[in-house]
Amino acid sequence: MQVAITVNGVVHERDVDPRTLLVHFLREELDLTGTKIGCDTSQCGACTVQLDGKVLKSCTLLAVQADGAEVTTIEGLAENGEHHPMQTAFWENHGLQCGYCTPGMIMASAAFVRDNPGASEGEIRHYLEGNICRCTGYHNIVKAVKQVADAAAGA
Amino acid sequence: MWPNKFDYVRAGSVDEALASAAGGGKFLAGGHSLLPAMKLRLDSPEQLIDIGRIPELQGISANGGLTIGAGTTHDAIASSADVQAMCSALASACGQVGDQGVRNFGTLGGNIAHADPASDPPTVLVACGATINIQGADGKRSVGAEDFFIDLFETALDDGELITSVSLPNCSDCQCAYVKFPHPASRYAIVGVAVCLKMDGDTCAQADVAVGGATVKAVKCADAEAALAGTTLDEAALNAAAEAVKADIAEDLIGDIAYPESYRQQMAGVFLKRAIAAAQG
Repeated sequence: MQVAITVNGVVHERDVDPRTLLVHFLREELDLTGTKIGCDTSQCGACTVQLDGKVLKSCTLLAVQADGAEVTTIEGLAENGEHHPMQTAFWENHGLQCGYCTPGMIMASAAFVRDNPGASEGEIRHYLEGNICRCTGYHNIVKAVKQVADAAAGA
Repeated sequence: MWPNKFDYVRAGSVDEALASAAGGGKFLAGGHSLLPAMKLRLDSPEQLIDIGRIPELQGISANGGLTIGAGTTHDAIASSADVQAMCSALASACGQVGDQGVRNFGTLGGNIAHADPASDPPTVLVACGATINIQGADGKRSVGAEDFFIDLFETALDDGELITSVSLPNCSDCQCAYVKFPHPASRYAIVGVAVCLKMDGDTCAQADVAVGGATVKAVKCADAEAALAGTTLDEAALNAAAEAVKADIAEDLIGDIAYPESYRQQMAGVFLKRAIAAAQG
Protein backbone atom coordinates (compact mmCIF):
# COMPACT_ATOMS: atom_id res chain seq x y z
CA MET A 1 0.00 0.00 0.00
CA GLN A 2 1.18 3.50 -0.82
CA VAL A 3 1.88 5.74 2.18
CA ALA A 4 3.20 9.28 2.64
CA ILE A 5 4.67 9.79 6.08
CA THR A 6 6.44 12.95 7.14
CA VAL A 7 9.46 12.06 9.24
CA ASN A 8 11.51 14.83 10.81
CA GLY A 9 10.01 17.31 8.38
CA VAL A 10 10.60 15.33 5.19
CA VAL A 11 7.78 13.56 3.36
CA HIS A 12 8.61 9.95 2.50
CA GLU A 13 6.42 8.16 -0.01
CA ARG A 14 6.75 4.40 -0.08
CA ASP A 15 4.84 1.31 -1.13
CA VAL A 16 4.76 -0.82 2.02
CA ASP A 17 3.51 -4.26 2.98
CA PRO A 18 0.55 -3.48 5.30
CA ARG A 19 2.13 -5.55 8.07
CA THR A 20 5.14 -3.22 8.24
CA LEU A 21 5.35 -1.73 11.71
CA LEU A 22 6.24 1.94 11.97
CA VAL A 23 9.51 1.06 13.70
CA HIS A 24 10.45 -1.17 10.75
CA PHE A 25 9.56 1.63 8.35
CA LEU A 26 11.81 4.06 10.22
CA ARG A 27 14.75 1.72 10.68
CA GLU A 28 14.69 -0.35 7.50
CA GLU A 29 13.07 1.89 4.89
CA LEU A 30 14.54 5.20 6.04
CA ASP A 31 17.71 3.97 7.79
CA LEU A 32 16.78 5.98 10.87
CA THR A 33 18.25 3.51 13.33
CA GLY A 34 18.25 5.86 16.32
CA THR A 35 14.86 4.42 17.21
CA LYS A 36 15.51 1.04 18.84
CA ILE A 37 13.53 -2.17 19.10
CA GLY A 38 13.68 -3.48 22.64
CA CYS A 39 10.96 -5.73 24.02
CA ASP A 40 8.81 -5.49 20.87
CA THR A 41 5.73 -5.90 23.12
CA SER A 42 4.77 -2.24 23.85
CA GLN A 43 6.31 -2.28 27.30
CA CYS A 44 9.92 -1.07 27.28
CA GLY A 45 9.68 2.20 25.34
CA ALA A 46 12.97 1.85 23.41
CA CYS A 47 11.00 2.46 20.19
CA THR A 48 9.30 5.64 21.44
CA VAL A 49 8.79 8.37 18.83
CA GLN A 50 6.33 11.25 18.55
CA LEU A 51 3.44 11.00 16.12
CA ASP A 52 1.69 14.33 15.56
CA GLY A 53 3.36 15.38 18.81
CA LYS A 54 2.07 12.46 20.83
CA VAL A 55 4.32 9.87 22.41
CA LEU A 56 3.99 6.54 20.60
CA LYS A 57 5.57 3.12 20.85
CA SER A 58 6.43 2.66 17.21
CA CYS A 59 6.53 -1.15 17.50
CA THR A 60 2.78 -1.05 18.11
CA LEU A 61 1.52 0.87 15.09
CA LEU A 62 1.42 -0.13 11.45
CA ALA A 63 3.13 2.20 9.01
CA VAL A 64 -0.17 2.38 7.12
CA GLN A 65 -1.82 3.78 10.26
CA ALA A 66 0.73 6.60 10.21
CA ASP A 67 -0.07 7.50 6.60
CA GLY A 68 -0.35 11.29 6.42
CA ALA A 69 1.03 11.81 9.91
CA GLU A 70 4.09 13.69 11.11
CA VAL A 71 6.63 11.58 12.96
CA THR A 72 9.55 12.92 14.96
CA THR A 73 12.40 10.59 15.86
CA ILE A 74 15.55 11.20 17.90
CA GLU A 75 17.32 12.20 14.68
CA GLY A 76 14.87 15.06 14.21
CA LEU A 77 14.93 16.53 17.69
CA ALA A 78 17.92 18.85 17.27
CA GLU A 79 17.20 22.12 15.48
CA ASN A 80 19.68 24.18 13.48
CA GLY A 81 22.55 22.02 14.64
CA GLU A 82 21.71 22.64 18.29
CA HIS A 83 20.78 19.80 20.60
CA HIS A 84 17.28 19.84 22.06
CA PRO A 85 17.48 20.89 25.74
CA MET A 86 16.54 17.32 26.74
CA GLN A 87 19.51 15.93 24.79
CA THR A 88 21.81 18.43 26.45
CA ALA A 89 20.41 17.61 29.89
CA PHE A 90 20.93 13.85 29.38
CA TRP A 91 24.51 14.61 28.40
CA GLU A 92 25.18 16.96 31.30
CA ASN A 93 23.62 14.65 33.90
CA HIS A 94 25.00 11.47 32.35
CA GLY A 95 21.44 10.14 32.04
CA LEU A 96 22.55 6.95 30.35
CA GLN A 97 24.94 4.06 30.50
CA CYS A 98 24.63 1.66 27.58
CA GLY A 99 22.42 4.14 25.73
CA TYR A 100 19.94 1.68 24.26
CA CYS A 101 16.91 3.17 26.01
CA THR A 102 18.13 6.74 25.54
CA PRO A 103 16.42 7.72 22.26
CA GLY A 104 13.07 6.54 23.62
CA MET A 105 13.70 8.15 26.99
CA ILE A 106 14.49 11.48 25.36
CA MET A 107 11.52 11.40 22.96
CA ALA A 108 9.12 10.58 25.81
CA SER A 109 10.67 13.08 28.22
CA ALA A 110 10.73 15.91 25.67
CA ALA A 111 6.99 15.49 25.04
CA PHE A 112 6.28 15.22 28.76
CA VAL A 113 8.09 18.42 29.69
CA ARG A 114 6.54 20.25 26.73
CA ASP A 115 3.12 19.38 28.19
CA ASN A 116 4.12 19.55 31.87
CA PRO A 117 6.67 22.30 32.49
CA GLY A 118 7.66 22.37 36.15
CA ALA A 119 6.83 18.70 36.67
CA SER A 120 7.89 17.30 40.04
CA GLU A 121 10.36 14.47 40.50
CA GLY A 122 7.46 12.20 41.47
CA GLU A 123 5.50 13.08 38.34
CA ILE A 124 8.58 12.45 36.20
CA ARG A 125 9.20 9.06 37.78
CA HIS A 126 5.55 8.09 37.32
CA TYR A 127 5.49 9.27 33.72
CA LEU A 128 8.59 7.29 32.81
CA GLU A 129 6.87 4.01 33.75
CA GLY A 130 6.56 3.39 30.01
CA ASN A 131 10.31 3.59 29.40
CA ILE A 132 12.50 0.94 30.94
CA CYS A 133 16.24 1.32 31.61
CA ARG A 134 18.24 -1.65 32.82
CA CYS A 135 21.49 0.22 33.54
CA THR A 136 21.16 3.52 35.32
CA GLY A 137 18.64 2.93 38.06
CA TYR A 138 16.89 5.98 36.56
CA HIS A 139 18.46 8.47 38.97
CA ASN A 140 20.41 10.50 36.43
CA ILE A 141 17.62 10.21 33.88
CA VAL A 142 15.22 11.79 36.35
CA LYS A 143 17.79 14.48 37.18
CA ALA A 144 18.10 15.31 33.48
CA VAL A 145 14.36 15.55 32.94
CA LYS A 146 13.93 17.60 36.12
CA GLN A 147 16.57 20.06 34.93
CA VAL A 148 14.64 20.70 31.72
CA ALA A 149 11.27 20.78 33.52
CA ASP A 150 12.59 23.37 35.98
CA ALA A 151 14.05 25.46 33.17
CA ALA A 152 10.78 25.27 31.21
CA ALA A 153 8.81 26.46 34.24
CA GLY A 154 11.18 29.36 34.79
CA ALA A 155 11.02 30.51 31.18
CA MET B 1 8.27 -9.20 15.16
CA TRP B 2 6.27 -9.02 12.00
CA PRO B 3 2.63 -10.09 12.08
CA ASN B 4 1.47 -12.62 9.51
CA LYS B 5 0.39 -11.19 6.19
CA PHE B 6 -3.07 -9.67 5.91
CA ASP B 7 -5.09 -7.53 3.55
CA TYR B 8 -5.58 -3.95 4.73
CA VAL B 9 -8.69 -1.88 4.14
CA ARG B 10 -9.25 1.64 5.45
CA ALA B 11 -12.88 2.41 6.20
CA GLY B 12 -14.21 5.97 6.05
CA SER B 13 -17.50 5.27 7.81
CA VAL B 14 -19.21 2.66 9.96
CA ASP B 15 -21.22 1.49 6.95
CA GLU B 16 -18.04 1.04 4.92
CA ALA B 17 -16.43 -0.86 7.79
CA LEU B 18 -19.41 -3.19 8.12
CA ALA B 19 -19.49 -3.80 4.38
CA SER B 20 -15.79 -4.72 4.43
CA ALA B 21 -16.36 -7.00 7.41
CA ALA B 22 -18.57 -9.20 5.25
CA GLY B 23 -15.26 -10.48 3.87
CA GLY B 24 -14.09 -11.56 7.34
CA GLY B 25 -11.16 -10.28 9.34
CA LYS B 26 -10.91 -7.93 12.28
CA PHE B 27 -11.39 -4.25 12.97
CA LEU B 28 -8.25 -2.22 13.75
CA ALA B 29 -8.73 0.88 15.89
CA GLY B 30 -5.63 1.96 17.84
CA GLY B 31 -4.20 -1.51 17.45
CA HIS B 32 -2.71 -1.52 20.93
CA SER B 33 -4.37 -4.81 21.88
CA LEU B 34 -4.68 -6.43 18.45
CA LEU B 35 -1.20 -5.77 17.04
CA PRO B 36 0.69 -7.21 20.04
CA ALA B 37 -1.51 -10.32 19.77
CA MET B 38 -0.82 -10.56 16.03
CA LYS B 39 2.93 -10.13 16.53
CA LEU B 40 2.87 -13.08 18.94
CA ARG B 41 0.80 -15.07 16.41
CA LEU B 42 -2.01 -15.34 18.95
CA ASP B 43 -4.18 -13.90 16.22
CA SER B 44 -3.73 -13.89 12.44
CA PRO B 45 -6.73 -12.28 10.75
CA GLU B 46 -6.68 -12.42 6.96
CA GLN B 47 -8.03 -8.91 6.71
CA LEU B 48 -7.68 -5.80 8.88
CA ILE B 49 -10.33 -3.13 8.52
CA ASP B 50 -8.86 0.14 9.81
CA ILE B 51 -11.60 2.05 11.66
CA GLY B 52 -9.17 4.50 13.24
CA ARG B 53 -10.15 7.39 10.99
CA ILE B 54 -13.94 7.13 11.22
CA PRO B 55 -15.21 10.46 12.66
CA GLU B 56 -18.49 9.01 13.99
CA LEU B 57 -16.57 6.69 16.33
CA GLN B 58 -14.72 9.57 17.98
CA GLY B 59 -15.49 11.81 20.89
CA ILE B 60 -17.35 12.11 24.16
CA SER B 61 -20.80 13.63 24.59
CA ALA B 62 -22.52 14.40 27.89
CA ASN B 63 -26.31 14.60 27.76
CA GLY B 64 -27.71 13.42 31.07
CA GLY B 65 -25.33 10.49 30.79
CA LEU B 66 -22.11 9.89 28.94
CA THR B 67 -21.73 8.52 25.44
CA ILE B 68 -18.16 7.69 24.50
CA GLY B 69 -17.29 6.87 20.89
CA ALA B 70 -15.64 3.48 20.62
CA GLY B 71 -12.60 5.01 18.91
CA THR B 72 -11.92 7.45 21.73
CA THR B 73 -8.47 6.95 23.26
CA HIS B 74 -7.82 6.15 26.90
CA ASP B 75 -5.96 9.43 27.23
CA ALA B 76 -8.89 11.43 25.87
CA ILE B 77 -11.24 9.71 28.33
CA ALA B 78 -8.90 10.09 31.30
CA SER B 79 -8.44 13.80 30.63
CA SER B 80 -12.09 14.59 29.79
CA ALA B 81 -13.72 17.01 32.25
CA ASP B 82 -17.11 15.43 31.45
CA VAL B 83 -15.91 11.93 32.29
CA GLN B 84 -14.15 13.15 35.42
CA ALA B 85 -17.41 14.79 36.54
CA MET B 86 -19.86 12.04 35.56
CA CYS B 87 -17.83 8.85 36.08
CA SER B 88 -14.57 9.62 37.81
CA ALA B 89 -13.84 5.90 38.23
CA LEU B 90 -13.71 5.47 34.45
CA ALA B 91 -11.41 8.46 34.05
CA SER B 92 -9.19 6.92 36.71
CA ALA B 93 -9.23 3.45 35.14
CA CYS B 94 -8.44 4.78 31.66
CA GLY B 95 -5.61 6.80 33.19
CA GLN B 96 -4.14 3.59 34.59
CA VAL B 97 -4.11 1.61 31.33
CA GLY B 98 -0.56 0.78 30.22
CA ASP B 99 1.51 3.95 30.03
CA GLN B 100 1.17 7.30 28.28
CA GLY B 101 2.25 5.94 24.89
CA VAL B 102 -0.38 3.20 25.08
CA ARG B 103 -3.08 5.57 26.32
CA ASN B 104 -2.41 7.99 23.45
CA PHE B 105 -3.45 5.42 20.84
CA GLY B 106 -5.34 2.56 22.54
CA THR B 107 -9.12 2.98 22.37
CA LEU B 108 -11.99 2.09 24.69
CA GLY B 109 -13.78 0.10 21.98
CA GLY B 110 -10.67 -1.85 21.09
CA ASN B 111 -9.96 -2.50 24.73
CA ILE B 112 -13.34 -4.02 25.51
CA ALA B 113 -13.56 -5.94 22.23
CA HIS B 114 -10.24 -7.56 23.15
CA ALA B 115 -11.61 -8.33 26.66
CA ASP B 116 -8.29 -8.93 28.36
CA PRO B 117 -9.16 -10.10 31.86
CA ALA B 118 -6.40 -7.93 33.36
CA SER B 119 -7.59 -4.73 31.69
CA ASP B 120 -8.91 -1.81 33.76
CA PRO B 121 -11.88 -0.15 31.97
CA PRO B 122 -14.13 -3.25 31.82
CA THR B 123 -14.28 -3.45 35.62
CA VAL B 124 -15.62 0.10 35.84
CA LEU B 125 -18.07 -0.43 32.98
CA VAL B 126 -19.54 -3.44 34.78
CA ALA B 127 -19.71 -1.67 38.17
CA CYS B 128 -21.30 1.48 36.76
CA GLY B 129 -23.89 -0.26 34.58
CA ALA B 130 -22.53 0.80 31.20
CA THR B 131 -24.20 -0.16 27.93
CA ILE B 132 -22.19 -1.30 24.91
CA ASN B 133 -23.69 -0.07 21.64
CA ILE B 134 -23.04 -2.39 18.72
CA GLN B 135 -23.74 -2.26 15.01
CA GLY B 136 -23.68 -5.11 12.53
CA ALA B 137 -25.01 -6.07 9.13
CA ASP B 138 -28.40 -6.77 10.74
CA GLY B 139 -28.65 -3.40 12.45
CA LYS B 140 -27.95 -1.95 15.88
CA ARG B 141 -28.23 -3.49 19.33
CA SER B 142 -27.16 -2.63 22.85
CA VAL B 143 -25.80 -4.98 25.49
CA GLY B 144 -25.28 -4.31 29.20
CA ALA B 145 -21.62 -4.48 30.21
CA GLU B 146 -22.32 -7.35 32.58
CA ASP B 147 -23.65 -9.45 29.70
CA PHE B 148 -21.08 -8.19 27.20
CA PHE B 149 -18.09 -9.79 28.91
CA ILE B 150 -18.56 -13.56 28.69
CA ASP B 151 -15.21 -15.20 29.40
CA LEU B 152 -11.45 -14.89 28.89
CA PHE B 153 -11.04 -12.74 25.73
CA GLU B 154 -14.65 -13.56 24.86
CA THR B 155 -17.49 -11.06 24.43
CA ALA B 156 -21.05 -10.95 23.17
CA LEU B 157 -19.84 -9.53 19.84
CA ASP B 158 -20.76 -11.65 16.84
CA ASP B 159 -18.53 -11.92 13.78
CA GLY B 160 -18.66 -8.73 11.74
CA GLU B 161 -20.16 -6.65 14.53
CA LEU B 162 -18.57 -3.36 15.52
CA ILE B 163 -18.73 -1.52 18.85
CA THR B 164 -19.80 2.03 18.01
CA SER B 165 -20.01 3.59 21.48
CA VAL B 166 -20.30 3.01 25.21
CA SER B 167 -23.04 4.70 27.25
CA LEU B 168 -22.81 5.35 30.97
CA PRO B 169 -25.30 6.75 33.45
CA ASN B 170 -24.43 10.01 35.18
CA CYS B 171 -22.60 9.02 38.37
CA SER B 172 -21.85 12.58 39.49
CA ASP B 173 -23.98 12.12 42.64
CA CYS B 174 -22.17 8.87 43.48
CA GLN B 175 -18.87 8.26 45.14
CA CYS B 176 -16.99 6.06 42.73
CA ALA B 177 -13.45 4.82 42.38
CA TYR B 178 -11.28 2.27 40.64
CA VAL B 179 -8.23 0.93 42.45
CA LYS B 180 -5.89 -1.74 41.21
CA PHE B 181 -3.01 -3.86 42.35
CA PRO B 182 -0.73 -3.54 39.31
CA HIS B 183 1.67 -6.26 38.28
CA PRO B 184 5.08 -4.84 39.17
CA ALA B 185 6.46 -5.33 35.65
CA SER B 186 3.56 -5.16 33.20
CA ARG B 187 1.26 -2.86 35.25
CA TYR B 188 -1.69 -5.04 34.24
CA ALA B 189 -4.20 -5.54 37.07
CA ILE B 190 -3.54 -8.52 39.30
CA VAL B 191 -6.70 -7.35 41.00
CA GLY B 192 -8.81 -4.33 40.06
CA VAL B 193 -11.86 -3.18 42.01
CA ALA B 194 -14.44 -0.60 40.97
CA VAL B 195 -17.05 0.74 43.37
CA CYS B 196 -19.94 3.13 42.88
CA LEU B 197 -21.62 4.20 46.13
CA LYS B 198 -24.90 6.09 46.34
CA MET B 199 -24.90 7.75 49.73
CA ASP B 200 -27.91 9.00 51.71
CA GLY B 201 -26.24 11.08 54.40
CA ASP B 202 -23.93 8.71 56.23
CA THR B 203 -25.75 5.63 54.98
CA CYS B 204 -24.87 3.77 51.82
CA ALA B 205 -28.19 3.51 50.00
CA GLN B 206 -26.80 1.43 47.15
CA ALA B 207 -23.40 -0.05 46.37
CA ASP B 208 -22.23 -1.32 43.01
CA VAL B 209 -19.05 -3.39 43.04
CA ALA B 210 -17.10 -5.15 40.30
CA VAL B 211 -13.81 -7.05 40.34
CA GLY B 212 -11.45 -7.69 37.43
CA GLY B 213 -7.88 -8.84 36.99
CA ALA B 214 -8.37 -11.70 39.44
CA THR B 215 -11.10 -13.16 37.27
CA VAL B 216 -11.67 -14.36 33.70
CA LYS B 217 -13.81 -11.28 33.12
CA ALA B 218 -15.05 -8.31 35.11
CA VAL B 219 -17.53 -9.71 37.64
CA LYS B 220 -20.40 -7.87 39.35
CA CYS B 221 -20.32 -8.72 43.05
CA ALA B 222 -23.87 -8.96 44.44
CA ASP B 223 -22.95 -10.38 47.84
CA ALA B 224 -20.44 -7.62 48.53
CA GLU B 225 -22.98 -5.04 47.39
CA ALA B 226 -25.58 -6.48 49.78
CA ALA B 227 -23.07 -6.37 52.63
CA LEU B 228 -22.50 -2.66 52.05
CA ALA B 229 -26.03 -1.42 51.28
CA GLY B 230 -27.88 0.05 54.22
CA THR B 231 -24.75 0.38 56.35
CA THR B 232 -22.67 3.39 57.30
CA LEU B 233 -19.69 1.62 55.71
CA ASP B 234 -18.31 1.01 59.21
CA GLU B 235 -15.55 -1.46 59.88
CA ALA B 236 -17.94 -4.37 60.40
CA ALA B 237 -19.63 -3.70 57.04
CA LEU B 238 -16.28 -3.39 55.25
CA ASN B 239 -15.06 -6.66 56.75
CA ALA B 240 -18.29 -8.39 55.78
CA ALA B 241 -18.05 -7.04 52.22
CA ALA B 242 -14.38 -8.05 51.93
CA GLU B 243 -15.39 -11.59 52.92
CA ALA B 244 -18.45 -11.59 50.65
CA VAL B 245 -16.51 -10.48 47.59
CA LYS B 246 -14.39 -13.61 47.84
CA ALA B 247 -17.51 -15.71 47.34
CA ASP B 248 -18.70 -13.44 44.52
CA ILE B 249 -15.61 -14.16 42.42
CA ALA B 250 -14.92 -17.75 43.53
CA GLU B 251 -16.26 -19.30 40.32
CA ASP B 252 -14.36 -16.99 37.99
CA LEU B 253 -10.86 -16.82 39.53
CA ILE B 254 -7.70 -17.04 37.50
CA GLY B 255 -4.12 -17.22 38.72
CA ASP B 256 -0.54 -17.84 37.73
CA ILE B 257 2.62 -19.08 39.39
CA ALA B 258 3.40 -15.70 40.97
CA TYR B 259 -0.14 -14.70 41.93
CA PRO B 260 -2.29 -17.81 42.44
CA GLU B 261 -6.07 -17.79 42.62
CA SER B 262 -6.21 -17.90 46.41
CA TYR B 263 -3.94 -14.87 46.70
CA ARG B 264 -5.91 -12.82 44.19
CA GLN B 265 -9.13 -13.80 45.95
CA GLN B 266 -7.75 -12.52 49.24
CA MET B 267 -6.46 -9.34 47.61
CA ALA B 268 -9.89 -8.64 46.12
CA GLY B 269 -11.16 -8.08 49.65
CA VAL B 270 -8.21 -5.85 50.51
CA PHE B 271 -8.61 -3.77 47.38
CA LEU B 272 -12.38 -3.52 47.83
CA LYS B 273 -11.69 -1.74 51.11
CA ARG B 274 -9.14 0.49 49.42
CA ALA B 275 -11.56 1.32 46.60
CA ILE B 276 -14.24 2.30 49.11
CA ALA B 277 -11.75 4.48 50.96
CA ALA B 278 -10.71 6.10 47.66
CA ALA B 279 -14.35 6.69 46.68
CA GLN B 280 -15.02 8.38 50.02
CA GLY B 281 -11.77 10.37 49.89
